[in-house]
Amino acid sequence: MAYTTKSPWILHYDASSCNGCDIEVLACLTPLYDVERFGIINTGDPKQADILLITGAVNDQNKNVVKQLYEQMPDPKVVVAVGICACSGGVFRDCYNILGGVDTVIPVDVYVPGCAARPESIIDGVVKGLAVLEEKTNKMKEAKR
Amino acid sequence: MSDLDWIIVALVYAVLAPLAGCILAGVDRKISARMQGRRGPPLLQPYYDVRKFCEKEQITSNGVQDFYVGCYLLFVIITGILFFAGQDLLLVIFTLTLGETFLILAAYSSGSPFSQIGAQRELYAAMAFEPIFLLMAICLYLQTGSFSVSDIVWSGELPSIMVIGAFLAFVIGLTIKMRKSPFDLSMSHHAHQDLVRGMTTEFSGRTLAMIEVSHWYENIMLLGMVALFIADGTILMTVLGIILAVIVYILEIAIDNGFARMTWQNALKSGWVVALVLGVLNVAVLLYL
Repeated sequence: MAYTTKSPWILHYDASSCNGCDIEVLACLTPLYDVERFGIINTGDPKQADILLITGAVNDQNKNVVKQLYEQMPDPKVVVAVGICACSGGVFRDCYNILGGVDTVIPVDVYVPGCAARPESIIDGVVKGLAVLEEKTNKMKEAKR
Repeated sequence: MSDLDWIIVALVYAVLAPLAGCILAGVDRKISARMQGRRGPPLLQPYYDVRKFCEKEQITSNGVQDFYVGCYLLFVIITGILFFAGQDLLLVIFTLTLGETFLILAAYSSGSPFSQIGAQRELYAAMAFEPIFLLMAICLYLQTGSFSVSDIVWSGELPSIMVIGAFLAFVIGLTIKMRKSPFDLSMSHHAHQDLVRGMTTEFSGRTLAMIEVSHWYENIMLLGMVALFIADGTILMTVLGIILAVIVYILEIAIDNGFARMTWQNALKSGWVVALVLGVLNVAVLLYL
């Protein structure tokens, strides 16, 4: 098993969320859910992160920020779109300033729907992301050989 | 010491210190989690973290920073070997400072403003704990008549109530040196601080792994210094010394979780007040009583 999946560090970015999903993401860190059980740390540093959790739809103002955060993360990395806005743009998808879901800007590996996404489904999404992370790690190792 | 003794001490320290340091770091995270009402990560989580760093792609913002971080690791290991081989305590403290300097240089060499402010604050932290460490060495010299760690141990003058001031000052200095709250100004393992990851903001992959492993080595060496205060060469006092070191470490974790971060001005003031009151008074007592 790849060690990446035993200590996935998360970078949480709020694209243009109403903060509903953000509060649920932070709820995962509280004693009730305690994601640090799985070695998950909510880091603020893209260079040390393995999983990018994005909440909210992407707009014209922050598409470059999202791209830059993604590029600053070292491989292997996984993107998890949390909440229906991050998945598809949600109710905001027809707004003039909204580009749509996160996948319009960067490749997304796991979609977690919900408004707001519940902590259980966010943890579930991250665990699904771990499987993708392991696959990517193994691919990287094979490429090295 | 003969050449063979040196090699044995060096090998034993180089192999066993990171093992013990890793478990101590795991205990730290476990106790912190329990204090916050959480289950916490597995005991070996710091080991998993370091292995993960080694699996990641290597991103370096400045070619020279890996060299500096490598030197930091090297000098931290040399410090520990010198200490456990029973060499001069002053040499140990100066080598430790040299390692610290390399870490600060590494933080300065990366372009990130978070890292630069972290490096600046680390310099203030160094200003706060260096006097405490030096006064500790002077107190041990005045008590035992030698700066050499092995002479201090075999002098028969320790444990003594006469160095209690230096010991208390050292425990408080340890909070600054180990970067525990309220003195975790320059970098912290806790999430979401004002400086993101402080000095390590630009470090990832193997560079970050080297910094983590250096902390393991450093913690063991610092806890060794705690045990030195009651060491007299017998097995009983060695065991008691280890127990004392573990108690001090758990105390540091409790302090870490019980306080919010101070400003660097307050950290510097606390460091100097502790050094002046406890350290200098202890020196005065040893000189004139």
